Amino acid sequence: MDLSAINPVLLIAAMIAASTPILLAAIGELVVERAGVLNLGVEGMMITGAVCGFIITVNSGSPTVGFIAAAMGGAVLSLLFAFLTQVALANQVASGLALTLFGLGLSALMGQSYVGIKPPRTETTPLGPLADIPVIGPIVFGHDLIVYLGLVIIAATWAVLKFTRAGLILRAVGENHDAAHALGYKVKRIRTLAIMFGGACAGLGGAYISLIRVPQWTEGMTAGVGWIALALVVFASWKPWRVLLGAYLFGGITQLQLNLQGAGVAIPVEYLAMSPYIVTIIVLVILSADKSRAPGSLGRTFHASS
Amino acid sequence: MKFGKLLAGAVLALGVGGAAFADGHEKTKVGFVYVGPVGDGGWTYEHDQGRLAVEAEFGDKVETVYVENVAEGPDSERVMTQMALDGADLIFTTSFGYMDPTNNVAAKFPDVKFEHATGYKRLHPNVSTYSARFYEGRAVQGHIAGNMTKSNIIGYIGSFPIPEVIRGINSAYIHAKKVNPDVEMKIVWVYTWFDPAKEADAAKVLIEQGADVVLQHTDSTAPQAAAQEAGNVVTFGQASDMGQYAPFPRVSSIIDDWAPYYIARTRAVMEGTWEQMDTWDGIGPGMVKIGEISDAVPAEVKAEAIALRDALADGSYHAFTGPLNKQDGTAWLADGETADDGTLAGMNFYVEGIEGEIPQ
Repeated sequence: MDLSAINPVLLIAAMIAASTPILLAAIGELVVERAGVLNLGVEGMMITGAVCGFIITVNSGSPTVGFIAAAMGGAVLSLLFAFLTQVALANQVASGLALTLFGLGLSALMGQSYVGIKPPRTETTPLGPLADIPVIGPIVFGHDLIVYLGLVIIAATWAVLKFTRAGLILRAVGENHDAAHALGYKVKRIRTLAIMFGGACAGLGGAYISLIRVPQWTEGMTAGVGWIALALVVFASWKPWRVLLGAYLFGGITQLQLNLQGAGVAIPVEYLAMSPYIVTIIVLVILSADKSRAPGSLGRTFHASS
Repeated sequence: MKFGKLLAGAVLALGVGGAAFADGHEKTKVGFVYVGPVGDGGWTYEHDQGRLAVEAEFGDKVETVYVENVAEGPDSERVMTQMALDGADLIFTTSFGYMDPTNNVAAKFPDVKFEHATGYKRLHPNVSTYSARFYEGRAVQGHIAGNMTKSNIIGYIGSFPIPEVIRGINSAYIHAKKVNPDVEMKIVWVYTWFDPAKEADAAKVLIEQGADVVLQHTDSTAPQAAAQEAGNVVTFGQASDMGQYAPFPRVSSIIDDWAPYYIARTRAVMEGTWEQMDTWDGIGPGMVKIGEISDAVPAEVKAEAIALRDALADGSYHAFTGPLNKQDGTAWLADGETADDGTLAGMNFYVEGIEGEIPQ
C-alpha cells in the first residue's frame, strides 16, 4: 500500500469533474419530475447531446457552440417524448424507455463518421492568478466553464423553485395537475417546457463526456450515466442541493476507488463499487422519516377532461 | 371484429411468407453476438471486420446478422435463442461472459453450430471455442514499455480478473522487467469491457500516480485520448490498431485478426465438415498481429521488438519461459521450462514482482 501515490488535490479536482455529467442530467430530470413527468429517456437524451455537441464542435471548431448544440439536441429529442406523453397521452414509462433506445440508435447513426476524431480542446476557465493559489486553486478555480455552469444551474433551480411564482406554478402542476388546471394554468405547456429543460441539461451532461471527459466519440459512450442520474433524483428526494451532494458522492466514489486501486490498497474493489448504492439505500431509509416525498402527480397522464 | 379479421389475415400472410422463405433457405445464415458497439474501435470492431470478411468471401451464399451491445449473462442467452430461432446455422459469441449462455442455448439447438470466443467450456458437440494468444502480443508490448518508461511505472487497465487478462498482465510485466529491472506495475480493475468514461478515468488516475506507459485490456480508445491529453504518456492499441492515435501516444498495438478463422468455420458449415474444435492461435498463424511500431520508439528497441515477435511467431521462444516464480515466491517454471497450455488457460496468479492481489 502506498497512499502517498494519491494526490488529494488532484483527486478532489477529478471528483468534481467526474460528477458534472451526472449532476447536469439529474438536475434536469429533477425539474421534469417536479412538474409531474417521469422521463426515463435521460440516457437517450444524454447520448444524443454527446453526439450533437461532438459533431458541431468538430465542424465549427468551437466547444462553446458545441455545448449549445448539445443542449439543443437534447431538447429537440425530448420534444418527441413531450409529444408522445403530452399530446398523444402515451404511457410515460414506455415512452421514456423508447426514447433511450431511440437516442442510442440515432446517436450511433449520426456519429458513424466521427469515430476516432479528436475534438478541439475545451480550455479551462481563465481565472488568472486564482488558479495558482495552492490547494484551493486547482480544486475550485481550475475547471472548465461547464463545471461552474452546472453549479449555477443547481443554484438557479433551487431559487426558482423556492422563491418565484414560476417555480410555484411548476410545483403545483407536479403536485396536482387537476387543481392546477382548474386554476387556469396550461398544464401541458408547462410540462413540455420542463421536459425540454430536462432534455437540454441531459444534452449538456452528455457533451461533457464526449468533449471534455473522454474526449472523443464512441457509440454508447454514456454507458449508463443517465440511469444513475435517474436514481440520483430519488436519492436527492427531489431537492436541488441534495442532487449536488449525491452527484459528488456518486462521481467521487468511482474516482476514489480507482485511485485506491492504483495505490494498491487491499480493500476488495467490490465494496467500493457498491458503496454508492448502499449509501443510497441508507439515505432513502433515513429520508422516509423526512417529509419529502415524490410529487403527487408524478408519472400520471393528464387530460383536461378528466 | 373487422380488426380481428385484419389481424388474422396479417398472421396468415406472415405465415405464408415465412414458409416461402423457409423453402428458399439456401443461404447459410451466420450470427454474431457482440459485447460492445461495432464502432468501439477495438475488440468488437475487429470481430465485425471478420463478419464483413465472411460476407465478402461468400457473397450471396451467406447472410450475416449481428446484435451489438449485448450484456453478458441472461440477456445474451435471449439474443442467442432468438438468433437460433430465426434460422442461424452458425453463431459466434464473442465475449468471455457468454460462456454459459452459449452452452445453454447450444443444448436446445443441436443443429445449430456455436463458436464461443475466449472460453473453455464445450459441453455439447455443437460448441467450439476459439481464442487468440494475446499474451504473445503483450510480451512485445512489455518489451517496448520497459524500454520507454522513464518513471519506471507502467499502468495497466484491467477489465475483469479472468485468466485471459491475468496472462496479459504477467506477460507484459515479465518482458518489461527483463529490460528494466526497476519497473513497477500499477493495475486498476474497471470491471467493464467497454465504458469510455470509466476507462478514461482509470487512465487519468494511473497517469496522476506517475505512470508514463499505460496498457489497456478494455475495448475503447478512451485511454488513448487521455494519454494524448497528458502529452508524454505511451499507449498501445488494444484488439484493434487504433492507428488514429499513432505515432504518439500509440506506439504499437495488438491486432486481433478473426477473418481467416470466421471464413474457415463458415466454409466448414457450408460443406458440412464442421467439427468441434478448440482453437488457440497466436502470432505464428496470424490470429494475433503486432501493429506497426511507430518512430517514437528508438530504432534499436524497435528492432528488438520485431525480433521478439518473430521468435514468438516461429516458436523458438515462448512468452512464459523459466526461471519464473509465482508472486508468493514459490517456484513455477524451472530454467528453460515453458508453461503448458493448461496452466495458461486457467492462470489465476501473478508472477513474482507484481504487487497487489488479484481480486477474487
